[in-house]
Amino acid sequence: MRGERAERQPWQGLWLATPTLFWLLVFFVLPLLLVAVVSFMTRAQDAGGMLPFTLQHYERTLGIFSPILWRSLRIAALTTLLCLMMGYPLAFFISTRRSTVVRSLCLFLVILPFWTNFLIRTYAMRTLLANEGTINGILLDLGLLLQPLRLVDNQFGVLIGMVYGFLPFMVLPIYASVERFDFRYVDAAHDLGANDWRAFWRVVLPLTMPGVLAGSALVFIPSVGAYVTPVLMGGVRGLLIGNLIARQFGGSGNMPLGSAMSVVMMSVVLGIALLYWLIQRFTAIADGR
Amino acid sequence: MFKKAVFLLTLLCVPVVLISAHAAHHEGWQCPEGYEGQTLNVFNWSTYIAEDTIPNFEQACGVTVNYDIFESNEAMLAIIRQGNPGYDIIVPSGDTVATMIRDELLIPLDLAMIPNMANVSPDLLDPIYDPGNAYSLPYQWGTIGVGYNTEKLPDGISSWEEVWSHEGPVAWLDDRRSMFGFALLLLGHDPNTADADEIAAARDYLIERSGNVVAIAADDGQVMLERGDVDITIEYNGDILALADECECDTYAYVLPVEGTGLWTDNLAIPVDAPNPALAMVFIDYVLDAQVGADISNYTAYASPNQAAIDQGLIDEEMLMDDSIYPSEETRMNLFTIQESTAEQDELYNNAWDELLIFIGG
Repeated sequence: MRGERAERQPWQGLWLATPTLFWLLVFFVLPLLLVAVVSFMTRAQDAGGMLPFTLQHYERTLGIFSPILWRSLRIAALTTLLCLMMGYPLAFFISTRRSTVVRSLCLFLVILPFWTNFLIRTYAMRTLLANEGTINGILLDLGLLLQPLRLVDNQFGVLIGMVYGFLPFMVLPIYASVERFDFRYVDAAHDLGANDWRAFWRVVLPLTMPGVLAGSALVFIPSVGAYVTPVLMGGVRGLLIGNLIARQFGGSGNMPLGSAMSVVMMSVVLGIALLYWLIQRFTAIADGR
Repeated sequence: MFKKAVFLLTLLCVPVVLISAHAAHHEGWQCPEGYEGQTLNVFNWSTYIAEDTIPNFEQACGVTVNYDIFESNEAMLAIIRQGNPGYDIIVPSGDTVATMIRDELLIPLDLAMIPNMANVSPDLLDPIYDPGNAYSLPYQWGTIGVGYNTEKLPDGISSWEEVWSHEGPVAWLDDRRSMFGFALLLLGHDPNTADADEIAAARDYLIERSGNVVAIAADDGQVMLERGDVDITIEYNGDILALADECECDTYAYVLPVEGTGLWTDNLAIPVDAPNPALAMVFIDYVLDAQVGADISNYTAYASPNQAAIDQGLIDEEMLMDDSIYPSEETRMNLFTIQESTAEQDELYNNAWDELLIFIGG
C-alpha cells in the first residue's frame, strides 16, 4: 500500500497546477521556442526571419556585441552586490525588532515604492539627479560645486537607478530568512568561544544563505535584461543588451539577430544560475548536510 | 396645428444653422455627402497638428476621429507590419513611404477624390520615393539641423565641425539614415549610398566625433535642451522653433550647418487593411485645403507643402521669411533627402548604427 502511494504521489493533484502550466505553455514556452527558431533564420526584407538557416546572428552577438553583453553582466553584478550590501543589514535590522508593529511598519515602508509606477519613479530619479536637477541645484547654490556632477546619462546613473528599483527584491527574501533564524544559535556560538564576527560568518550567514541567494537571483536576473532604467538614466553611454535587443524589433531592424541576442542572454543567465546551484550543492555536501 | 408648424419650422432651421456653422469654420472646404456617423482613425507624430484641425473635420463631416500618436517611423512601421490595428491615416517620412510601398503596406490613393492635390507645391509632387504620388501626398516638410542653448554658446554655431568639437553635452537624433547622411555628405559621398565601405567610413567618422554625445534622442532632443541636459541637440527644425516660441526667450536657436544637412517630407498615406479608406481620402483632401493646411503649419512651425496657402497669404509672414522654416533656393542647394531604402540598405545601415551604439557606449 505505502509503496503504491509513493509512486502515485508525483502526479497527484496535478490539476491544481494546470491553469498555470497552460498559461506558461502558451505564453512562455511556445514564444520562447519561436524565438529560438527565428534566431537561426536569415533576415527577411520586412525585418522578420526566413529560410535558409544560418549561424551569422550568433557570430555577430558573440563578436561585435560582446562588449555590451559584458557590460550588462557587470552592471547587473554590481547592482546585485550593492543591493546585498545595503539590503542585508536592513533586513537584519527589521527582523530583529521586538515589536511587531515596528516590524510591520518597516516592511510596509520597504514595499511602499511599489505603490507608484516604476517608470514614474525612474523619471523622478532623473529629475533629482540631472545636470540641472534638485541635487546639483542645491550643491551649486551652496557653492559646494562649480560644475554640476554628471550623475545621469552614464553607467553610474544606470547603477543608481537599478539599485533603487531592485533593492526591495533583495530585502524581502533576506528578511524572511533572518526572521526564521533562531538566535539561540548565536548564544551557542558565543558559549563555544566565537566572537561576534565569527558567529556571524560561521553561523548566521550560512543559515540565512537561502534568502541571500533568492534575493540575488531576483535582483540579478531582471538587471541583466533591464530596459527602462538604462534608457532613462544612462543615455547612450549606459545602453545595455536589452536596449539593443529592443532596437532589432523596430520596423527596419533585424528580428533574427534580436532573437539570437535574447537566446545568448538567457543562456548566460541560466549558466550562472546553474553555477550557483552547483556551488550550493558542493558546499552543502562539503559541510556534510 | 400651430404647434406643428413651429416644430416643422424649427426642424427646417437646424440644417441652416449647422451649414452656417460650417461656413464660419472653413470657407471653401466642403465635406462630400454620405460620411455622417462614420469613424476615422488617425496615427500621427506627436505635437504635429493644429488644435482645431480634428474637431473641425469631425464637425464638417459629422464623423468621429480617433487620434493616436507615434514617436518614430520605426515604431509606426513595426505596428503596421504586425497587422494594421485599424488605422486609416498614417504619416510616414519619405524613405519610409518607399519601404512601405516595397513591402505592400500602403493602399493606392484615388487622386480623383483629392482635388486639393492641386494646392500642393509642384516641387514636392512626384517624389523619387513615390513616383506619381500613387500612394502618398505631402503633409509637412522641413529640415534637420542643430538646436542650441545661446547662454551656453553665446557666439553661436554654424557648422557640423563645431557640433562635433563642442566641449559640453550634446544629443544626436535617433534617425540613423539622417545621421549617416550628414557623415556621408561631410566625407564627400552620396548621402543615399548603398556602398558598404562608404557606410563603414561614415560610421567611423561619427564614432570619432562622438566624444561629447550623452544621448541619442528619439525626437525629444528639444526636451533635453530645455531641461539643460544638453547644450546642443540635432533635431527636426519645428521642435526647436516651437520650443523657442513657447518660452518667448532668446535662449534657444536653430541653425542649418553650412556644410549642408537633411531635408525631409512627411506624407499622408493609407495603410493596408484600413477600415475606411474612402473617408481617409476625404481627410487627405481636407488637410490639403489651403486654410486647413496653413492653420496646421502655423501651429507646428513646420513648412507647408501647400503652395495655395502660401500664395493666398495664409501662412504667418514671419515664418515664411524664416530661412530655417522655408529655406531659400540657395540654402536648399545644400540639403539632401533620404530617398529610399532597399533591404540591403536597411541591413547595412542597421548594422552600422548598432556598431556605432556599441562603440559609443563601450
